Amino acid sequence: MKRTLLIIAVIALYVLHQDFWFWRTAHPLVFGFVPIGLFYQACFSVAASLLMWMLVKFAWPSHLEREIEQQRPEEDATN
Amino acid sequence: MIPAILVFIYLAVVLYIGIFAFRKASGKKEAEDFFLASRSLGPFVFLFSLFGTNMTAFAILGSSGHAFSNGIVTFGLMASSSGLVIPLTLFLIGTRVWALGKKYGFMTPVQMFRDRWECGHIGTAIFVIQAVLLVPYIIIGIMGGGTTLNAISGGLVPYWFGGAIVALVVMSYVFFGGMRGTAWVNTFQTILFLLFGAIAIIVIGKGMGGFSSAVQAMAASPVFAPLLTRERISPLYFFSYTFIPLSAIAFPHILIFCLTAEKMSHFKKTVIFYPLCILAIWLPCVFLGVMANRVSDVPQIRAKQEARRVLATQGKTMTPEARDDLREKAAGDDVIMLLLQRYAPLWLAGLLGAGIMAAVMASDSQILALSTMFTEDVFAHYGGKRRFGESVQVLTGRIFVILITIFAYAVALRAPETIFELAIQYAFSGYAALSPLLVAALFWKGSTKWGALAVTLWTAASVVAVAIFQHAVPAPAPGPATLVWSLSGYEVLTRTPGGTAVLGFMPVVPMVIVSSLLMIVVSMMTRKPTPATVAKYFVDVERKNEPALSIKNSK
Repeated sequence: MKRTLLIIAVIALYVLHQDFWFWRTAHPLVFGFVPIGLFYQACFSVAASLLMWMLVKFAWPSHLEREIEQQRPEEDATN
Repeated sequence: MIPAILVFIYLAVVLYIGIFAFRKASGKKEAEDFFLASRSLGPFVFLFSLFGTNMTAFAILGSSGHAFSNGIVTFGLMASSSGLVIPLTLFLIGTRVWALGKKYGFMTPVQMFRDRWECGHIGTAIFVIQAVLLVPYIIIGIMGGGTTLNAISGGLVPYWFGGAIVALVVMSYVFFGGMRGTAWVNTFQTILFLLFGAIAIIVIGKGMGGFSSAVQAMAASPVFAPLLTRERISPLYFFSYTFIPLSAIAFPHILIFCLTAEKMSHFKKTVIFYPLCILAIWLPCVFLGVMANRVSDVPQIRAKQEARRVLATQGKTMTPEARDDLREKAAGDDVIMLLLQRYAPLWLAGLLGAGIMAAVMASDSQILALSTMFTEDVFAHYGGKRRFGESVQVLTGRIFVILITIFAYAVALRAPETIFELAIQYAFSGYAALSPLLVAALFWKGSTKWGALAVTLWTAASVVAVAIFQHAVPAPAPGPATLVWSLSGYEVLTRTPGGTAVLGFMPVVPMVIVSSLLMIVVSMMTRKPTPATVAKYFVDVERKNEPALSIKNSK
């Protein structure tokens, strides 16, 4: 379930990158000087960072780390 | 001249860090230490050096230059999409490659492919295409160095000499410092150019008397208003660009960098902070590139705008050569430095120029990666290491560093393309088309060496085809594209002012899709690697019939 939600979140963010709704307008100017299309994409970058945090938190491939950790004592023993 | 002197001081510091500050760790394998810093980089150095490695001249010069001509769309095209795709590929692919490198001692992607698909010469074919596609990336760095030093010194340092200085400095610290020197230099450079964006926007904003009035004036002008929107770019083109960041993980220098982390957990910070680092550097550069259009008292910027205007109004009646000439004059790769010269005090312009140089000099990792690939994938693979020993292997790598730098410099002197176009058209699209190799190797048990060969040959053929097409059909003037081939009323192939479109998409889209299909179809028709080899990559295969390399929560 958690994995499915994360995959949906990744796809949703990818789709949200195509913000056609701000395509032909610069207004409103956020803070009086940032065109809305640019502001949206900046917010998108922050959202991408949050998504990465979720992936790291909930889907980190720790089993790969464990494999390497298990391999080390074996190597030490053979050396 | 003061800014140029400060930049030269910066280059000396970089040289010191790269050559003298980080000598070989004792008791380590010589080759692994030179090429991979003994797989010992900590989380801080890993984050900054990996990010710095991926930020080339084009992160500052190309982005602001593209924004100068095309507007705010530059950020969505290249920065925010990269902020999603690149960390995602580091998370999914980078971590797995790191684990396999630790486990089996791989130092290059081709070593992994050879082992994964039980092949020799097909690996060499992959090496060749990777190497050929990497060279333009190295050239970009040298071109950026020449452009930067020339602009910072107000023309006193000629382009050829600036490029030579940058090439010499990079070559020296890569030659002596190897991966450890390169990683520390990259870390230092990344910190510098992250600071650059914030300082530049404050200084230039203050100089321009704030951005509000400038942006509002642009929004009211029919000529400049489109630069604040994306109306000049089609949604299909915008969508196509999300395929370009797939190239990052397929670049050998990025994948080789993934092998340098001491622990897999070092990837965590890199994955999370990567989008924010991109934001910190690209947002100011793109915004300032757009704002440069409002600066009317800098003759060079006015000349660029005039060239752009002539191209738009009279381009259709001109010869292709005359159009190319105007495009070069209208290119905005140096606008950010012109803004600094106009608005920053001399000493600050010098410091900020050093920040630009930091981004420009990212070619170090590509040079080292090419050297690593040559010595491991060719020299060692074909018996050189066995016959001559590890010391000769490292020496070969160092000599290769010199040769490739000289070659890249010679090409940079003659290359007519702008930094941005050169990078996108060849290296990025090509590597994006190679990315299915990694996905198939790590996530699909059924992939085969023949599928890998098909992907490699297709990538080579498609890159060459795009290059020939764009050479044969000159770029039209700004406006409607030149239709080359239509089918039942659909525009299949068109030549656009900025490149090529296939069914309205950039060539990278069909390149990646066909690559993926070829991998699937050809692999299904050909013999699989032995179960013993497959089990090395899918360790859970016997236990759970589930790939070990899939996403799963360990808790």
